Amino acid sequence: MEKFTTLSGIAAPMPLVNVDTDMIIPKQFLKTIKRSGLGANLFDEMRFNLDGTEIADFILNQPAYRDAQILVAGDNFGCGSSRERAPWAIADFGIRCVISTSFADIFYNNCFKNGILPIVLPEDQRDAAMKDAEKGANARIEVDLETQTVTLSDGTCYAFEVDAFKKHCLLNGLDDIGLTMEKVTAIDTFEATSAASRPWI
Amino acid sequence: MSPKTLYDKIWDAHVAHEADDGTCLLYIDRHLVHEVTSPQAFEGLRMAGRTVRKPEQTIAVPDHNVPTTLDRANAETMTEDSRIQVAALDKNAKDFGLHYYPVSDVRQGIVHIVGPEQGWTLPGMTVVCGDSHTATHGAFGALAHGIGTSEVEHVLATQTLIQKKSKNMKVEITGKLRPGVTAKDITLTVIGETGTAGGTGYVIEYCGEAIRDLSMEGRMTVCNMAIEGGARAGLIAPDEKTFAYCEGRPHAPKGAEWDAAVTYWKTLFTDEGAHFDKVITIRGEDIAPVVTWGTSPEDVLPITAKVPSSTDFEGGKVGAAQRSLDYMDLTPGTPLSEIEIDTVFIGSCTNGRIEDLRAAAEILKGKKKKDGLRAMVVPGSGLVRAQAEEEGLADIFKEAGFEWRLAGCSMCLAMNPDQLKPGERCAATSNRNFEGRQGRGGRTHLMSPAMAAAAAITGKLTDVRELS
Repeated sequence: MEKFTTLSGIAAPMPLVNVDTDMIIPKQFLKTIKRSGLGANLFDEMRFNLDGTEIADFILNQPAYRDAQILVAGDNFGCGSSRERAPWAIADFGIRCVISTSFADIFYNNCFKNGILPIVLPEDQRDAAMKDAEKGANARIEVDLETQTVTLSDGTCYAFEVDAFKKHCLLNGLDDIGLTMEKVTAIDTFEATSAASRPWI
Repeated sequence: MSPKTLYDKIWDAHVAHEADDGTCLLYIDRHLVHEVTSPQAFEGLRMAGRTVRKPEQTIAVPDHNVPTTLDRANAETMTEDSRIQVAALDKNAKDFGLHYYPVSDVRQGIVHIVGPEQGWTLPGMTVVCGDSHTATHGAFGALAHGIGTSEVEHVLATQTLIQKKSKNMKVEITGKLRPGVTAKDITLTVIGETGTAGGTGYVIEYCGEAIRDLSMEGRMTVCNMAIEGGARAGLIAPDEKTFAYCEGRPHAPKGAEWDAAVTYWKTLFTDEGAHFDKVITIRGEDIAPVVTWGTSPEDVLPITAKVPSSTDFEGGKVGAAQRSLDYMDLTPGTPLSEIEIDTVFIGSCTNGRIEDLRAAAEILKGKKKKDGLRAMVVPGSGLVRAQAEEEGLADIFKEAGFEWRLAGCSMCLAMNPDQLKPGERCAATSNRNFEGRQGRGGRTHLMSPAMAAAAAITGKLTDVRELS
């Protein structure tokens, strides 16, 4: 997995609440058996007309935001389907950080497996970041995972919370499965005990 | 010992390792797999030279892509990419030795219907699947939730998940339901109350007389949509109904093992005085038959209500409501019962079980769907289909003018050929009314099977109580 340490980039504002994973990557793109190449279809039905031409006013089609690396989003971002193609599409597009007041549980976990940092800020701070993002490409937001801070273009700095283990894995680009394999004895022991107490498993 | 919730008990029984910071390795008893969210996980295993740790606890079935028309044995009914995805599951199930129900097997169906039906899902278990509606299995008092594909790979390789414990929420539905009100109305009403993010960070335990009174099928409908309220999982304590449902299923324990299992399952309830971080109580008699009007499952209103205005909302929901009204092409103030529909879809992991088909058939018996309306019933599994045929339900549907389909996810998410065209409006028994969910530009109103059947007869959203 790609590491996440610091990021300084253009932030795109997306104030819509309850952005669901069907919006992020519609079902017709779930048929791929690969992880790559989904950025082209990120937000497909909001971003493109039926004939494939761009919908000009969609945020990521606007000249200022075409190279956005951060998304500042409305409440409850990533709700709905568990599809990991949502974070795959976001990362493939080049967005490495999403800032909101809340994320749906499965999407939030999926981000950390794909080098994306989801940041939860209180509403007033998220709103300030949204205003900053609305300024366009000249407003860059800085994110530092090590110090757990978000800095807006005017220097305003906010601290954010992140689970220590998730932070460690993201900072170092660690593979979860490899880490769990180190605890295989504990799993072996659990299975042996379980086989006796719950043989029907 | 301090009193525990049902969730606490199941959680504690599955912690294989706990780190100092509370990060746990949660042992997974059952891993359900379908064709959409698994190919990259199996590819990851192969690339790392890993294998499936417990193939005997891993159950695979194709459901999302499969056509539901009677000619589906003909490969031409599937698009090339769908065919590749199903073929990949065929190969992975065979290569790794998983329990597998291929498209040609009568037991094939939606993974969340097949699991309980075959007795894979049992009380007190941990169940995961790369699918958000895994919450369904919580109806058995199993801790069940959806995971992403990276986590699918993690479970395949280690039979565990890296987890931190969620908070406990209690949703109590007291008293009795009124006539015409079903499990679907309960679960939609709860989401309408809490919002789609209200459950984020929680595992919900549903309890109360109205929940106890539900059949297992109804309980599955309630838990299925826990995810739509943002919860990690929904749970209902197992009872005699649960045991009766499980007994004799192909993969349920037998003989002395069954007795031991039931003895254990009877300990799976929330202790008196256990702590819940959040409690919601709704009176069963206050729940009406409901429908959704917007593009979020929280956009729920009784069928007797009118289309709201965006000014009825606050904050970020104002813009979202306006966007929903525009997308749904609805005018504020219109009675919901005047909204005309052109499609009816009865099926999905929410409402594709035998009881759902019985409820719809009861409304449709001796009646016809409105002319020009497209209506289909897609049973949740081949066995549900067979049972419905045996009970004469299939004849009722066919005589009413419904298409009688083979099992699959179908128009719930429209990954197979069953899709809405732009502008089409559907009365659906599924779980999501998101923009484009049933096909780009398609408009979805969620409701119970009885309400969907009523809508098929009149051609508009209809209060089922006025028909019966």
